[in-house]
Amino acid sequence: MNAEGYTRREQELSGWSIWLETYRLGDQYFCTISTVDPGARVARAEGPTREDAERIALEKASRWLGQTRRFTVNP
Amino acid sequence: MSLGTATATDVLVSTDWVKQHLGDATIRVVEVDVDTAAYDQGHVPGSLGWNWTTELCDTLVRDIIPQKKFEELMSKSGIGNDTTVVLYGDNNNWFAAWAFWQMKVYGHRDVRIMNGGRKKWVAEGRELETAVPSIAPASYKASAADLSIRAFLPEVQDAVKQKSAVLIDVRGPQEFTGEILSPPGLPETCQRGGHIPGAKNIPWAKACNDDGTFKTADELKQLYGAAGATADKDVIAYCRIGERSSHTWFVLKHLLGYPNVKNYDGSWTEWGNLVGAQVEKP
Repeated sequence: MNAEGYTRREQELSGWSIWLETYRLGDQYFCTISTVDPGARVARAEGPTREDAERIALEKASRWLGQTRRFTVNP
Repeated sequence: MSLGTATATDVLVSTDWVKQHLGDATIRVVEVDVDTAAYDQGHVPGSLGWNWTTELCDTLVRDIIPQKKFEELMSKSGIGNDTTVVLYGDNNNWFAAWAFWQMKVYGHRDVRIMNGGRKKWVAEGRELETAVPSIAPASYKASAADLSIRAFLPEVQDAVKQKSAVLIDVRGPQEFTGEILSPPGLPETCQRGGHIPGAKNIPWAKACNDDGTFKTADELKQLYGAAGATADKDVIAYCRIGERSSHTWFVLKHLLGYPNVKNYDGSWTEWGNLVGAQVEKP
């Protein structure tokens, strides 16, 4: 099998910039979400359509990213 | 390779090169991902997958893989001392570099990274397979650990005090300032945020292009040189647990040929939890 229809786009989610990478392998679509900086993978999902895979991955990523605490940086 | 350095040709291969060498018995291709399930989704035909959370570390003591366990991993992976090993992975070869560094700690001669990693292979629409290959075991004898490429806490503390090395913090800017304690979405693993006093912040991924390949040697020299990390200096790279910094170590040591570069794998999970350790913010 060959990976097909690879796409990669940047968007905002829960206040963070993320990469959304999606491709099809066989009859399944795979989506991986990682933060733009520093590039950590946050969520991964698969589904029968591109929309399904991306929706599930975004839901997971939103939960994880929403838990990230931000601290005030003292000089 | 495009970097045009003598060392780069020894340690970087292209996706085309890997495609042309699939099935070559002298070469073993291994995928190492942050996402340990990615391999099962489909991998380079004939490649093995190593799990960094169980196979590339000591699972009892916090340490890199012990020598005996390393020899067992190589042997069961069909890797002999003369095998050419090509590593690749997700996130711009983040954990492939971690495996590369450990293989160099134990003296493996010919280990290389597939430029662009998993992302480039997939983006190019190349073949993936889900079957795990059946591998005939080999016999492997590791060298004693080469600690010239690994920094431990006392050496880092001394470098801070003496200003004897350039410290590069390769985490994201918000980790560097202490605004966040770990990469967004990942568990917090330290008690204090900030960075080691005197460290310069050069996020690891700045060494890569959008397609995951490494930037040119000139671009990399400019990137690190601007922060004072030049070939004539001792350089110590660190991050949170030592894996992102192994990527930067790879760039400085093997793509730019800096002679004295170490990876401080204790990194922020050690320093940021250490009672009494000085922390600098922002």
